[in-house]
Amino acid sequence: MSEGTTMTDTNLSRRQFVVTTLTAAGGFALGIGIVAPSEAASLSVRPWNDDTTRYPGEINAWVVIQPDDTVIIRYGRAEMGQGSFTALPQILAEELECDWAFVKPEYASANRNFRENKVYGSLSTGGSRAVRETGELVQQAGASARERLIAAAAKRWNVPASECVAAMSKITHKPTGRNFRFGELAVEAAAIKLDKEPALKRPDQYKFIGRRLARLDVPLKINGSAKYGIDLEVPGMVRAAIVKCPVFGGTVKSVDERAVASRRGVQQVVKLKDAVAVVADRTYRAQSALKALPIEWEVGAAGTANSVQFRKAYLDALNEKGADARHDGDVDAAMAKAAKVFEATYDVPIITHAPMEPLNAIAHVQADRVDVWVGTQNADQALAFAAQASGMKPENVYIHNTFSGGGFGRRLGPDEVAQAVAISKAVGKPVKLVWTREEEMRQGRYRTQAAIRFKAGFAADGTPIALDMRNSAGSANPGAVKDGIDAQTLQGLINTAYKLPNYRVVSILKNTHVPLGPWRAPGHSQNVFFMESFIDEMAHATAKDPVQLRRELLAHRPDFQQVIDLLVEKGDWGKPMPRGKGRGVAVTESYDSIVGMIAEVAVTNGQVKVERVVIACDCGTVVNPRGVETQLEGGMIYGLSAALFGEITVKDGRVEQGNFDTYPVVRFKDAPKTEVYISPTPGKRWGGIGEPGATMIQPAVTNAIFAATGRRLRSLPIRGQDLNGAV
Amino acid sequence: MVNIIVNGTRHQIDVEGDTPLLWVLREEIGLTGTKFGCGIAQCGACTVHVNGQAMRSCSVPASTVEGAQVTTIEGLSADSSHPVQQAWLTEQVPQCGYCQSGQIMATVAYLKTNPNPTDADIDANLTNICRCGTYERLRRAVHRAAALMRA
Repeated sequence: MSEGTTMTDTNLSRRQFVVTTLTAAGGFALGIGIVAPSEAASLSVRPWNDDTTRYPGEINAWVVIQPDDTVIIRYGRAEMGQGSFTALPQILAEELECDWAFVKPEYASANRNFRENKVYGSLSTGGSRAVRETGELVQQAGASARERLIAAAAKRWNVPASECVAAMSKITHKPTGRNFRFGELAVEAAAIKLDKEPALKRPDQYKFIGRRLARLDVPLKINGSAKYGIDLEVPGMVRAAIVKCPVFGGTVKSVDERAVASRRGVQQVVKLKDAVAVVADRTYRAQSALKALPIEWEVGAAGTANSVQFRKAYLDALNEKGADARHDGDVDAAMAKAAKVFEATYDVPIITHAPMEPLNAIAHVQADRVDVWVGTQNADQALAFAAQASGMKPENVYIHNTFSGGGFGRRLGPDEVAQAVAISKAVGKPVKLVWTREEEMRQGRYRTQAAIRFKAGFAADGTPIALDMRNSAGSANPGAVKDGIDAQTLQGLINTAYKLPNYRVVSILKNTHVPLGPWRAPGHSQNVFFMESFIDEMAHATAKDPVQLRRELLAHRPDFQQVIDLLVEKGDWGKPMPRGKGRGVAVTESYDSIVGMIAEVAVTNGQVKVERVVIACDCGTVVNPRGVETQLEGGMIYGLSAALFGEITVKDGRVEQGNFDTYPVVRFKDAPKTEVYISPTPGKRWGGIGEPGATMIQPAVTNAIFAATGRRLRSLPIRGQDLNGAV
Repeated sequence: MVNIIVNGTRHQIDVEGDTPLLWVLREEIGLTGTKFGCGIAQCGACTVHVNGQAMRSCSVPASTVEGAQVTTIEGLSADSSHPVQQAWLTEQVPQCGYCQSGQIMATVAYLKTNPNPTDADIDANLTNICRCGTYERLRRAVHRAAALMRA
């Protein structure tokens, strides 16, 4: 991508100056010791605050300006790799008109968010919502701070505010050229109340949003200095390892702590209702003792459940009545007069998140407060869990959010926080709890197993006139189920962009004892595979080009057509490929972004190699083009792991996989060459970008396998399916 | 008791011989840039150099590194100036960053054996896992680092 694709306005001289400086300086490309001023904002290796300090220069909850002009920008989401620790401050700085060199973002306090009636909104980081939902909130906070700085300067000079402008952390009185630094005005600005909140810039006025800024956390992530939860130490801390009943829902029956009592460093065995922890002076000693500890579990009836039963149950459930989650037109009547109908059934297994950093937390329960240091996707929820586990009031709980080594949805349900708090309470000391990889894989909040049966009806000329689907899957939010429908479970089906006159989605919800949670792009993660595979089947069934059918079903969406144009051009759609190779396409809209992918695969001796992936995207306003590219690349790889390898199986009620040897993921050798192209639509739309990439790759690859071999894969993962002789 | 030299400093450490080098580095010496990812040498987040060789420190017992020279990410350079770190910065590789210490250490060791790798060489020889999926940028950064080191 070139810079130019996101820059629409070239009339502003200062903007040109800034862009020119950036380009000429080349950012970090210059090397050590020479950093262009515009790239010099910094992030602390410990980016949380002490929750209680109130700075005199705090203009609002989001912005503090210190006497030396440092601009502290509060970040109300979680940095787990997606880059919004840079993107959100970048959005705020656009309105504040501060010098990026003075910016120092830090985490917003969850405690304050609780005490001050959600002053930061939701701190939860899921649903690709950091920029999508907080974007305008921080723009307003930045604009408000700027206007108050201007008002403070105007008051000092006794001139009309309209004669003053803000730029590069200074307020200048235009007629006289006098100026004040932001740092000189902040305390006065903090006391000013505006009659009304200022209007935000129009997108064509942006000069900072849209720039390919370097991420603020990268310098900390190439030398080992960034502090993740697992890296922290607090004084007097002990370390714990834990195992929870491997059969979900089971409890501890007995534990023989004498077996490890004399081991070096072991201090205490803590028995929780459903888990056992060993507390020691060192992590490895705690882990080793836990392995040697005889534990008996009460597992109940779930102790005989297995994946083969589950798969049959989800497929059988397709014959149940279910609930209409969406019904356009009259599907039954349309099918009755269709010239041709055909059906196909698909299913997917349970998958897990497997972030690189195993779950961990440090908890310190004291008489009057609880402190937790944790890399969490949802600091509000971590606070609630810690309050519940400690019995303390939420206003006395302090969450110190750290960098997270990946989240992908797993860190939205902070089970590790509740456990660490319970252990700290039991031992009366600060405790650092670190899960093993095996614990992480066996105590997940998994993506549901699911099955779907599609039926398509066509007119005599091959035009699709009806699409009917019956979906059986679990709900990750049983509390949110209404009339047998969980909208998240049906994402990608009930909100499809495709337009057919007769369209029905029937929901059949079915949960097992396996705990479920949101996996990157929750419902889309399986439903886009289903939908985009079946659309491909519909095209082949009517001898239509798969791209052409999609264009026809999206004829009402010029924005989609534009993405498809770009995708087809860059992805060489329609160009011949050698025997044994094929291209597959998939497009979808999720989290307000339109994304399309073309995958090229080679199938040799039954082995699939994804060689190249081309991605086209329209996410509306682009805050940082590189951020969009890297999220789409990374999301694609994440989804590819699921497509190629992802499968959690249950036997005797417990998860069989435990580590990356039995739950393989994409490595270098599996990772295709990747190209990302952005076709932004200027306007008010802030599309999310963290999740969409994880969905389309799955059908793009299986559609490509069909193109290469004629073999249609209706289940995942691809690994283990017989493609020998398919070519 | 284990004697090791880490990033040039001599340490005498009182741990059981089966303690993995990873935990010696993290909890006895306090060098937390080397990460725990899997504990069975599958992911590579814990990669360090032992006498110049890339090793997955989660599966190296302390008793086997008596007298060894160990280099961790913190010892690669004092100011992030190593060409591999510089290439990572320029290509803006890290997302969550948790695997990147290991990716960098694996790359530094690999480029000593093959100063000018092709994409196929990289795919065959670098095996560390990145769950954020930074492989495209990792490949670019490996090429850039190789070029910097040849220059």
